[in-house]
Amino acid sequence: MSATSPAPSRAPSSGRLGTVVRHHLFWPVAALVLLLAVNTVFRPSFLRVSILDGHLFGSPIDILRNCAPLMLVALGMTLVIATRGIDLSVGAVVAIAGAVALTYIARSPDPGSAGTALTAMGIALVLALALGTWNGFLVSVVGIQPIIATLILMTAGRGIAMLITQGQITTVTSAPFKTLGAGFWLGLPVATLVAFGVFALVAVLTRRTALGMLVEAVGINPSASRLAGVQARTIVWTVFALSGLFSGLAGLVLASNVMAADANNAGLFIELDAILAVVIGGTSLAGGKFSLSGTFVGVLIIATLSLTVTNLGISPLVTPLFKALVVAAVTLLQSPVMRRKLAERTRRVAPEPKVVAR
Amino acid sequence: MTTVAPRGRAARAQGPGGAPTRGRARGWRIDRRYLPVVGTLVVLALILVVGGARYDNFLSVGVLANLFINNSFLIVLAVGMTFVILTGGIDLSVGAVLALSSVTAAYLLNAGLPAGVVVPLVVLIGSVIGLLIGAMVHVFEVQPFIATLAGMFFARGLCFLIAPESIPITDETFVALAGWDTWVAGQWRVTSSVVIALVVVAVAFYLLHYTQFGRTVYAIGGGEASARLMGLPVTRTKVLVYVISGTCAGLGGLLFAMFSRSGYSLTGVAMELDAIAAVVIGGTILTGGTGFVLGSVLGALVLGLIQTIITFEGTLSSWWTKIVIGGLLLVFVVLQRLLAVRRT
Amino acid sequence: MTSSDAAGRPVVEMTGISIEFPGVKALDQVDLRLFAGEVHALMGENGAGKSTLIKALTGVYGIDSGEILVDGAPQRFSGPGEAQAAGVATVYQEVNLCENLTVAENIMLGNEPRRFGAIDWRATRRRAAEHLATMGLDIDPSSSLGSHSIAVQQLVAISRAMVVDAKVLVLDEPTSSLDADEVARLFTVVRGLRDRGVAILFVSHFIEQVYEISDRMTVLRNGARVGEFPTAEITRAELVSRMIGRTMEVLDDLQVRTEHTVDPAQGSTPFVRAVGLGRRGGVRPFDLEVYPGQVVGLAGLLGSGRTELARLLAGADRADSGSLELQGRPARLRNPRAAIGHRIAFSSEDRKGEGVVGDLTVRENIVLGLQADRGWLRRLPGKQVDEIVDRYVRALNIRPADPDALLRNLSGGNQQKVLLARWLATAPELLLLDEPTRGIDVGAKAEIQRLVADLAARGMAVLFISAELEEVLRLSHRVAVMRDREKVGELTNGPDVGVDDVVELIASGGDH
Repeated sequence: MSATSPAPSRAPSSGRLGTVVRHHLFWPVAALVLLLAVNTVFRPSFLRVSILDGHLFGSPIDILRNCAPLMLVALGMTLVIATRGIDLSVGAVVAIAGAVALTYIARSPDPGSAGTALTAMGIALVLALALGTWNGFLVSVVGIQPIIATLILMTAGRGIAMLITQGQITTVTSAPFKTLGAGFWLGLPVATLVAFGVFALVAVLTRRTALGMLVEAVGINPSASRLAGVQARTIVWTVFALSGLFSGLAGLVLASNVMAADANNAGLFIELDAILAVVIGGTSLAGGKFSLSGTFVGVLIIATLSLTVTNLGISPLVTPLFKALVVAAVTLLQSPVMRRKLAERTRRVAPEPKVVAR
Repeated sequence: MTTVAPRGRAARAQGPGGAPTRGRARGWRIDRRYLPVVGTLVVLALILVVGGARYDNFLSVGVLANLFINNSFLIVLAVGMTFVILTGGIDLSVGAVLALSSVTAAYLLNAGLPAGVVVPLVVLIGSVIGLLIGAMVHVFEVQPFIATLAGMFFARGLCFLIAPESIPITDETFVALAGWDTWVAGQWRVTSSVVIALVVVAVAFYLLHYTQFGRTVYAIGGGEASARLMGLPVTRTKVLVYVISGTCAGLGGLLFAMFSRSGYSLTGVAMELDAIAAVVIGGTILTGGTGFVLGSVLGALVLGLIQTIITFEGTLSSWWTKIVIGGLLLVFVVLQRLLAVRRT
Repeated sequence: MTSSDAAGRPVVEMTGISIEFPGVKALDQVDLRLFAGEVHALMGENGAGKSTLIKALTGVYGIDSGEILVDGAPQRFSGPGEAQAAGVATVYQEVNLCENLTVAENIMLGNEPRRFGAIDWRATRRRAAEHLATMGLDIDPSSSLGSHSIAVQQLVAISRAMVVDAKVLVLDEPTSSLDADEVARLFTVVRGLRDRGVAILFVSHFIEQVYEISDRMTVLRNGARVGEFPTAEITRAELVSRMIGRTMEVLDDLQVRTEHTVDPAQGSTPFVRAVGLGRRGGVRPFDLEVYPGQVVGLAGLLGSGRTELARLLAGADRADSGSLELQGRPARLRNPRAAIGHRIAFSSEDRKGEGVVGDLTVRENIVLGLQADRGWLRRLPGKQVDEIVDRYVRALNIRPADPDALLRNLSGGNQQKVLLARWLATAPELLLLDEPTRGIDVGAKAEIQRLVADLAARGMAVLFISAELEEVLRLSHRVAVMRDREKVGELTNGPDVGVDDVVELIASGGDH
C-alpha cells in the first residue's frame, strides 16, 4: 500500500498543519479514522486482531477481506474515470465471471481438482477481458459516450449471466477454487492479498512508467493529447479492458467466497460503490488527475461503513442511506462552489502570485 | 444567398422518403429530428408483425390494452426521464424513488391515514427528492450522475428504514381507486393507472411543446452556454427537470402500489435502466436537445412488447428480456452515433 | 477626449469599470459611451480587454467597481437575461444559438406570443418571418437552424436581438467567418438598424471593416482605455500604433534582424511536397512545398482554409485526395502520431482546446510529445526530463520558471512558449505554427517571432500561419495565399513586397 501513487498535490507550505489539512488524502483519511473511532467506542474490542489456527481474525481483517472485490473494481474504475470515462457494466461483468467459472466447474468431471479451478478462472478472466474490450471498442472506436456504451452491457449483462447459469443459483464444491475467496496465506486472507497485490502492481505500473501521465493527459484534454501524439484511443481502450479484467477477478473472488453464482445479485450496485470510492478518494469524475491512494482509502471507508452499520445494530439494508450521506458530504466538499469559497478565503490571506505577463 | 439552401452536409444527412416538412415544398424528406422516432415506430411495428404472425391472439385488443396497464408506471418514469435527458442530464434515482413512494404509501395507508392525504403526499416525496437533487446539481455544481446516485442511495435507504418487509395495502378507498376501470369502445380496458399515465403524457407534451419552460429544456440540451447567453432561465429550468423527474417517479411509485396493491422496499431495482432504455429507444438523444416525449412512450411500449413476446413464446426464459433490451439499446445508440457523425 | 458634442446623452455610459480575475486585472477604470444611431467600434489587440468589457456590458461578468448607465439609469446586471431586459442585446462571435431548434424558435425563444398561456406557434412563426424580412432574409422559419450557414445564423442572431427592441446591439467579431458578400450584407443590416436609432457596438479585428462601418471608436490596451476617437479623425497608422502602444519599437527591432536573405529553397529537396492534397469540407486540393531552412507563410482570412491545410500536413485530419512526399519519399499521415514520427510538429491555433493540458505541470507538458513518441512503457529518465525542461524554460524565457507550476496558471504567452517547447523537444524538421502569436502580449510575441527566425536559420522548415499579414511578411521567405478554402496563389517575399500585395492577391482570388 505504500507503493500507491505519490501524492500529486503540491500544497503551498503555510505551516505544517496547513500542509497536512490541504493534502488531498486528509479528508478521506479523517473520515476513515472517525469511522474506526465510532466503532471502537461502540465495541472496544473492534480493533483487536487475534490469531486462530495460524490465521488472523478480527474486524480489521474482516474489513480487509470484504473490501477485496470492491478494491479490484474501484482500481479499474479509477483509471477509466481518469480518462473521462465511466464503467457502469462492472457489476454485470462480476456476475458473468462468477457464473462462467462456477458453471464450468459444476459441469466438469472433476470439480475438485486444481486444474479445473484454474481453467475455470482462466476462462472467466478471458471473457471479462473480452467484455471490457467490447466496452473500450464502443467508446474509443465507435465514439459512444462511456456512460451509454457501458449502460448497454449493464442492462444486458445480468441477462447473459442468467443465460449461463440457466437462471439457477449454481453452487459447487471445489477446494482449490474456494481458496481464492475464503483461504488464508501467511495468516492473511488470500482475497486481500490478491486484491492488494494487483492494486500495488497497477500503482507501480502507472507511476513508474509514463502510463499515469498519459492517462491523465488524455483525461484532461483529449484533443491536445491526440495532437501531441498520445495514442488516446489505445489508452482509453486499454483502461476499459483492464476495468473488465479486474471486475472479472472481483467476480471470481465474490463467487469463491460464497461458492455460488447468483446472476441476479452478485456484484449488485458494486459499480456505484466503486464510483463512490473513487470520488471519495478525490479523483474528479470530470477526468484527469487521479489518485490511486485516494481510491484505496475510499474503498476502506465504504467497507468500514458497511461493517459499522451492522456493528451499530442497524439493518444492513439501510446502509445505502449512510452512503448517500457520505456521497453528499464528500461531493459538496469537493464541489467547485465550495472550492471557490475556500480559495477565496485563502486568497484573502495570501494573494496568489500574479500571473506573469511577459 | 437569399434563397438559402441547406448546406451540403445537412442535405446529405437527410434520407429520401417520408413526409414533406411544413412550409414550402422542398422535396420529400423526413425532418432529421423525427428520424430516431421513426426508427422506434419501425421497431414497434416489426415486433407487432412478428408477434402477430407467430402467435394467435397476440394482436388482440386485450393484449394491447394490457400492454398499457402493465407498463403505466414505466411510461410515467420514462416521461420524467425524457425531461432530464433532453437537458443532457441523467437521473439514476427514479427506481429507488419509485420504491420509496410505494413503500410510504403502503406504510401510511396501513397506519390509517386517508388515501386523500397519502396519494398527494407520496407524489410530493418524489418532488422533494428531485428538488434536492436539482439543488445539488445547480447550486453546488455536482455532476447529475453523482447527485442522482446520492438520491438513489438516499431513497433506497429510507425505504428500508420505513419498512424492510412487504406491506399489503388494504385501504378501501385506495383499492377502489386502483381497481377502477372502464371499457373504451366496449373492448379496450382502461384502468385508473392508464388514465393517470396518459394524463401525465399529455401534460408533459404540453409543457415541452407549448411553454417557454419546455423550449428552454430543448435549448439547454442544444447548448447550455448558448441558452444562458440567450438570457433564458437556465438554472431554474435545470432544477425543475429534476423536480419533474422526481415527481414522475413519485407518481410511478403510486401507480406501482396500485398495480401491486402493496409496498415493498426492493421494488424498482434497476428500473432506472428500463426508463433510460425506454427514452433512448424512443429516439431521444442522450447528449440532449433532440427527442420527443411521445417517442419515450413508444419506447416504453417496445420494452413492454418484448416482455409480452417472451411470455408468449413460453420456452424463452425471462432473462432474454434483458439481453434483447441491451441489444436494442446498442442498435439505437450506434444509430444515433452514425447520425451524429454524418452531421459533422 | 474628442467630440463630446455628439447628439445628446449617450444610451450607454460605462464609467470607471474595473474587473479583476484571480491574479489579473482584466479591466482597469475603463470608460465607454454609446450613442443612439451610431456604430461604435471597440478596438484593441487580443487580451486588451475587449471581450471582458463586452461581457460586463451584457451581464455575463459582474463588475468589481464602476458604473453602468443605460438610458441614464444605473444598472447592475446579474445575467444576460437582465441585460436583455434593459435593452442590451448581443450577438457573439461563435453564434450562440441552438442548432437543434428551428429558426423561428431561435428568434423568438423567451418572447413567444401566447394564446391562453400556450405558445402560439403560428403567430411565433409569423413574427419570426417578419423579423427575418426586415433583415432581408428569406428563409423558412420552420427550418432547423443547424441547416443554415454561419452567415445566416449570424443574421438570425441579430433578428433575435431585435425582437426585444434592443436599444443597444453588441456585435462581437461578427464578420470573422464571413466572406465579402456576406459582410456587405451584414453591413446593410447594421446600417439599417443604425438609421433606426439603435446604438451599435462593433468589435472586429478587420481594420478596413471598422473604417467602413463605424462612426466612432474606443481603443483599449492592456485592460485600460487609450481613448475615444471619431473614426474619420484617426488614421489607420495612428490607430494601430495606439492599439499596440510603445511596443512598436520592439517589432521594428525584429524587422531589422530578419532581413529576407536568399530563399534557401534553391537546389535542395523540399522537406514536404504536397501535390493536389485536399479534403472534402476542409480545403480544396493544393500544391505546396516547404524546404529545410525556409519559412512559408500562410496568409488569408479566418476560415480561408489556412488551418485546414496545416491540419492535413499534421495528420490531424486525413486527406482524401492528392499525395504527399516527405524528404522526397511518398508518405501517408493517418494521424498526428504518424506525423510526429516523420518529425512534423503542429501547434494548433486553438491553444486552450488543442494544446494546453492545464492540470499537468509545465514539466509534464513539455515532455508530453516526446514521451508520447517513446510510448508509455519507456518512460523518460527523470534526469533527462530535468535537462530538457531546464533547457527550454531558459531558452524560451518561460515565466514563472517553475517546472512544477500547473500550466493553466501561466499567462497565454507563456503557455504558448511551453507548447513550442513541447514541439521543439521532439526535434522536428517541419514546424507547423497556426497562429502562434494570437492573443499573447507583444513581448512574448516578439520572442516567438525571433525564435521562428532562428529555427529556420538553423535549418528547420516552418509553415507559419497568422491573421496578421505584417507578421507573415516579416518572417516568411514565401507566402502562400488562401481564400475560400483554396490556395489561390503564392509569392516570393522580398523587400518590395508589402501587405497590399498580399491583400490584393486575397481580394482578387488569384485571378481565377
